[in-house]
Amino acid sequence: MFDDFFIRALVAGIGIAFVAGPLGCFVVWRRLSYFGDTLAHSALLGVTIAYSLEFNIAVSIFLISSAIALILIQLQKKTNLPSDALLGLLAHSSLAVGLVVIGFLTFIRFDIMGLLFGDILAVNKKDLLTIWVGGALILLVLRLIWKPLFASTVNYELAQAEGLNPDRAKAVFTVLLAAIIAISIKLVGVLLITGMLIIPTAMARNLSDNPKKMVIFAIIGGLLSVFIGLFSSLEFNTPSGPSIIAAALALFIFSLLKVKQTIQLKN
Amino acid sequence: MSIGNNILIKLNNVGFKQNQKWLVQGVSLQVEKGKIVTLIGPNGSGKSTTAKIALGLFKNIEGQVEKFTNNIGYVPQKISIDWTLPLRVRDFMLLTDNLTEDVIDEALSLTGVISLKDKSLGNLSGGEFQRVLLARAISKKPELLVLDEPVQGVDFTGEIALYELIKEISEKLNCGILLISHDLHTVMSATDHVVCLNGHVCCSGSPKEVAKNSEYKALFGEQASQTLSIYEHKHDHVHANDGDIKKN
Repeated sequence: MFDDFFIRALVAGIGIAFVAGPLGCFVVWRRLSYFGDTLAHSALLGVTIAYSLEFNIAVSIFLISSAIALILIQLQKKTNLPSDALLGLLAHSSLAVGLVVIGFLTFIRFDIMGLLFGDILAVNKKDLLTIWVGGALILLVLRLIWKPLFASTVNYELAQAEGLNPDRAKAVFTVLLAAIIAISIKLVGVLLITGMLIIPTAMARNLSDNPKKMVIFAIIGGLLSVFIGLFSSLEFNTPSGPSIIAAALALFIFSLLKVKQTIQLKN
Repeated sequence: MSIGNNILIKLNNVGFKQNQKWLVQGVSLQVEKGKIVTLIGPNGSGKSTTAKIALGLFKNIEGQVEKFTNNIGYVPQKISIDWTLPLRVRDFMLLTDNLTEDVIDEALSLTGVISLKDKSLGNLSGGEFQRVLLARAISKKPELLVLDEPVQGVDFTGEIALYELIKEISEKLNCGILLISHDLHTVMSATDHVVCLNGHVCCSGSPKEVAKNSEYKALFGEQASQTLSIYEHKHDHVHANDGDIKKN
């Protein structure tokens, strides 16, 4: 069944959508869009390291992204620069270093477009295993830290005062973000992973009045984006990542109609 | 915790320094079961800081905090709900604890906002929001309640009603309350012990004692202690055991 490349891409995309929905909600709620972007940019460096050391790609990306997150925390403590400047610094420098390293690795042929924008043909059976097992683990851990993470998203001090551990939840969440980037890079690509996290979530926000609903709609939005995106990718021979994200955008625009309706109803 | 000891939390000479500046220093106080301790003081006198020290929100504090309970309800001074996060009152009630529907309803009824249960948090008025905050804090029946200016944004009559409610809660749940307020006269009837802060403890004692204290008068002005006496005039009768009301 998984011998067909398209089925493999579809199964991979479904797995990613299930994980991206809930994680994406937290990215939006905690205003971490740019942080997710920085982690994703650093993933390219992870890929090159994996190739040059003949190491597992997903593990390598995961380690590099986590390292970048740690470096960010240290820089925030030790410099007087604002967070967005530090994020920009890390995002672009890690992307640049990644591309420079690729330039040196002349003995390996890289599909740079595939790395940046995803490749529907690139997903193999091993990747499916990584996505589904890794994805299940991510969701399980998220379930465990949900309470403190959610409470501290609403109000940090309240969560801490009432005995939850927001700092630990935040650190674990950062690791989860690195993990989803690691498992979804092949299908969606370095530059568009954050889009997969936040665009279905943005659509879900337009349709929901409570957090649970928003998570469910974000998952549904992600699934629809994957279906529409991959079928059109096959049909029009477009790269998979941009096709999925463009489909997500279309869904978002549809959801705006609903917002307009509610506003009219209120008046 | 020793048996028969009603102390819930005890601050021993605590202080907190930020950017080489003491926000508050040398504060000692304790909250006991069923008692209300009120912190008063002008803006920037370290009231909220003291509450946060008590709650363990700061690292590197001076002095010691001894806590004898982990069941704490907190109403912070400032809380802003981001519009990116859709949150109804009922979702907010479940924020730090898994509560049953009955428990949520009970708390919301007690603070008089049960009708708002399915409303979005962003659509509440200031007074409604404070009542929801209070309901959330009391819903898990805490042993210690820390209320940081719980009546802000509430009009004068609502203020008195809320303080009466707080007193009712303390009796009903038999919990200790650490209350922060910027004006003494409205909290008078509810308070057992007042600590007047201005970077350090200016004076402390029963509400009456504090109102007469010269440092309190210097801090809040002569008028503050007079409004207090006006308030006291309300108690112009006593209830006898047989139900008779006797004028003083």
